[in-house]
Amino acid sequence: METTLIENLPQVTWVGVFIKAVMILAIISAVAGFGTFIERKVLAFMQRRLGPMHVGPYGLLQIAADGIKLFTKEDIVPQNANKIIFMVAPAITAATAFIALSAVPVFPDFTIPDFVPVIGGVFVPSIASDVNVGILFVLGMMVAGLYGPLLAGMSQANKWGIIGSARTAVQFLSFEVITGFSLIAPIMLVGSLSFVDFNNYQAGGVTSWMVWQQPVAFILFLIAGFAETNRTPFDLLEHEAEVVSGFATEYSGMRWGMFFIGEYANMITISIIAAVVFLGGYDAESSIGWLTIIFKIGFFFFLMLWVRAAWPHIRPDQLMWLCWKVLLPIAMINIIVTAIFVMI
Amino acid sequence: MSLEQFKNRNVGVQNYTALDLGKSPETSMEKFSQVVKRTFKGELFVGLKVVFGAMGKALFGGDMHTVKYPFEKMPISPRYRAIHDMLRLLESGNYRCIGCGLCEKICISNCISMDTRYDEEQRKEVSEYTINFGRCIFCGYCAEVCPELAIVHGPRYENAAEQRAGFSLFEDMLTPIDKLNLQQEYDGFGAISPNADENIKKTPLAY
Repeated sequence: METTLIENLPQVTWVGVFIKAVMILAIISAVAGFGTFIERKVLAFMQRRLGPMHVGPYGLLQIAADGIKLFTKEDIVPQNANKIIFMVAPAITAATAFIALSAVPVFPDFTIPDFVPVIGGVFVPSIASDVNVGILFVLGMMVAGLYGPLLAGMSQANKWGIIGSARTAVQFLSFEVITGFSLIAPIMLVGSLSFVDFNNYQAGGVTSWMVWQQPVAFILFLIAGFAETNRTPFDLLEHEAEVVSGFATEYSGMRWGMFFIGEYANMITISIIAAVVFLGGYDAESSIGWLTIIFKIGFFFFLMLWVRAAWPHIRPDQLMWLCWKVLLPIAMINIIVTAIFVMI
Repeated sequence: MSLEQFKNRNVGVQNYTALDLGKSPETSMEKFSQVVKRTFKGELFVGLKVVFGAMGKALFGGDMHTVKYPFEKMPISPRYRAIHDMLRLLESGNYRCIGCGLCEKICISNCISMDTRYDEEQRKEVSEYTINFGRCIFCGYCAEVCPELAIVHGPRYENAAEQRAGFSLFEDMLTPIDKLNLQQEYDGFGAISPNADENIKKTPLAY
């Protein structure tokens, strides 16, 4: 696993990285907005409703209408809130979600054609920064994102916010352990933390996918991923039936929208990690390789909506029980068994 | 069971029969095996299958339950008591009301007021007829008492208004003469709604 695909490719300049960063920011924001539309539609169909239908054909322009509404809403900071922290907290969630995306492969690499003025001939890489500890960096950034809900809930002088931030602390911190441990076994097999090496390790088609070697780790990672992206069986942070809106109770307008975009960007990140680490990633050689990874990411995104339509919430104490008494021992056993096999 | 036993509020001394809920696990091994059993039972995946099937049926089987209300309306039961209609005779086109005044008499909220006179052929005709919908409670007695089926409850239920007082004149409620062929006959008090067959569900005999 010494040679990576990056070495065969043209020189990555800072202009290319900059273009890539702008691309990620623009496209993932748009995709996150579109994700809200997809979520509403899929949930509606599963409940035999129509979903948004009136703005544009099949309600497609609902995203634009929502965006206009979020951008033009009054920015309210509650009276007794800690104003600076209250205003900064949503930016933490959104920013860390996008920083995490800088180290995962998003979209194929390409060279800008020469006829484009100024930036013609610039090579745009598929990963904005291919750091050799990619997985650690992504997980670390997603964990840093927990400061968003945590500070938001504590700064807003609202009891629901306090409960929401307390749940943030317990849920995100404990499930971060599961995410890390579930990924350790695949990392031991591959022997690298770079996403490119993961992709190359599984290059031999469907049978060489990591999910067949590490099914337990795959399921553990999915469960932990749902918990970390605050998706339905574990969305205790803003569980409406119990804590109004949890950490987001006092937020409205674009500040709330930043939480929303951050959450959807995290969903995309988790989907990308699951697709690259367990389901074979992208196929760099074939021309439709990037379609396959988009299909896989779409499947995981759909799975999150599907589960939301079907399954009920669990209580916080059940969540903790599941994390520390069930998933953690299973993850440990999985690591030990994998280690024994690697040694043999 | 006598009444005294029902009135006994001291919890724990009543003579209740416990339901058979099965054995709950006691030792940690039993608890563990229950968790394992429930984990691999696959009930969660049954849930996933159900909602996916519902989505398929909604998208491709026409089993969508949304009614886009202002554009589509559910059929309304003939028993529904909405704004009144005055019907005409189909043969001559004259209104059916004979001016007997029974509806005015029976109206319990005193919202109907009518005036009659003799026309040139010495037949009774309605000169004034008003219903105050600010007072009307839509009890339906007027339609029930009418000997000629002249006043009935029509299908116009969208009668939200900005002010409390709202009057309807005889001419407003009367079937327009050019729409006489569209006049709906009142089906009677035992009538079922037109889509009753679709709404009937099978009795769950399994329970």
